[in-house]
Amino acid sequence: MSKHYSKEHEWISVDGDIATIGITNHAQEQLGDVVFVELPAIGKQVSKGGDAAVVESVKAASEVYAPVTGEVVEVNKELEGDPALVNREAEGAAWFMKVKLKDKAELADLMDKAAYDKFVAEQ
Amino acid sequence: MATPSETLLRTPLYDLHVKLGARIVPFAGYEMPVQYPTGILTEHNWTRSSAGLFDVSHMGQAYLTGPDDETVAKALEKLVPGDLLALAPQRIRYSQLTNPAGGIIDDLMITRTGETGRLYLVVNASRKDVDYAWLKEHLPANVKLEPIEDAALIALQGPKAAAVLARHLPKAASLAFMSATHDSFNGIPCHVARSGYTGEDGFEISVTADKVVALAEALLADPDVKPIGLGARDSLRLEAGLCLYGHDIDEETSPVEADLVWSISKRRRGEGGFTGAERITREITQGPKRKRVGIKPEGRAPAREGSVITDDKGRAIGIVTSGGFGPTVNGPVAMGYVETAFAAPGTKINLVVRDKPMPAAVSALPFTPHNYKR
Repeated sequence: MSKHYSKEHEWISVDGDIATIGITNHAQEQLGDVVFVELPAIGKQVSKGGDAAVVESVKAASEVYAPVTGEVVEVNKELEGDPALVNREAEGAAWFMKVKLKDKAELADLMDKAAYDKFVAEQ
Repeated sequence: MATPSETLLRTPLYDLHVKLGARIVPFAGYEMPVQYPTGILTEHNWTRSSAGLFDVSHMGQAYLTGPDDETVAKALEKLVPGDLLALAPQRIRYSQLTNPAGGIIDDLMITRTGETGRLYLVVNASRKDVDYAWLKEHLPANVKLEPIEDAALIALQGPKAAAVLARHLPKAASLAFMSATHDSFNGIPCHVARSGYTGEDGFEISVTADKVVALAEALLADPDVKPIGLGARDSLRLEAGLCLYGHDIDEETSPVEADLVWSISKRRRGEGGFTGAERITREITQGPKRKRVGIKPEGRAPAREGSVITDDKGRAIGIVTSGGFGPTVNGPVAMGYVETAFAAPGTKINLVVRDKPMPAAVSALPFTPHNYKR
């Protein structure tokens, strides 16, 4: 299992060829109170950098981009009934979707935790 | 609105906001607190259940001064459809500055202070330059506009606001809704109005800039009071069905389209005699082409400003002008303009969100009942 981070503030945890994707704790702090999450349909093909989900706070709607290319195999239905879970457990229970990776080489473009923390600190 | 190259102004409470951990954003040319650490939902709910303190010092405050009450009232009545001749001392009127086409230059609060020949105006921060230029251009020579440059403005809003204020400004706490008085706090002169922008009971307190920190800190020391940012101010006013200038009303929309006819008295409807009266009186008689309405999406997804409104055949019939999540409603709420045929509460409409039509219904406003002390 390895964990990676994108510049768009998604985290991705990889187990075999299945990637679990969510938004980072930093992202949920920036968003504020999350009131709605729109998840992709199972079977949807997402491509790296393309739209995958939507997360809305009281103030605004934000796109969640797919940090990798692949097929959505599972979504976190918990978030539909309890969107505030994103604020409470962004990098754990509040995962958004699981994607079957098409090309594991894409992971090389992502950051590890130390690099992501540095990236956030520099923003 | 502010552009990145423009120098942003700060209110006298800026340092206090920073000390309280506020997230600061540019708004109407000012660096303003959008939220404090607890976040918008908590601040919203606190205001609905206790008392919230808002810094609204960015708004424009000004006096209109002339030789006597009638001269000043008549001069301003030429520029707004509100009834000012009937405005008693210490009473407040909500009205709009209108343009020759009947559109809204700004909406504003007008108070007869009780001093001879003087009205006190509070206008939107984003519009004060436009308003002041318009007023100076159109007022007669014997009525002067005097912007109050050194005044701050704070609002205390919520069901516990009166009880809190009674501990600090006892005279003001017994005011009736939409009335105002002078009072003093620890020797600091204040002008207190029982009014607000949240749908709750509350007060707006004008005080000189050098004294506002002391007053704000004294109010915040009360366990029933927490600071509230612009984020919750927006969700509170949206649930209360109140217009935000530049979004729900602008130079194109008339007070009739905006469903603000309640703010125009029978005399003024009959007599006219204000800028834009031709369109406004015609729309009152014949009905406007479009109308501002409340909108409740059926699902959980909020529809934001700019979302197109369609009928059941997919034809565009209007646009969302304010939209988001209503914490007290516990669901998405919006306001927007629709063709008048679709304006009745209960009418089924669609909101186009991310290219998909989302079912919604026209709703009566406000979404949450007003809690004013009449």
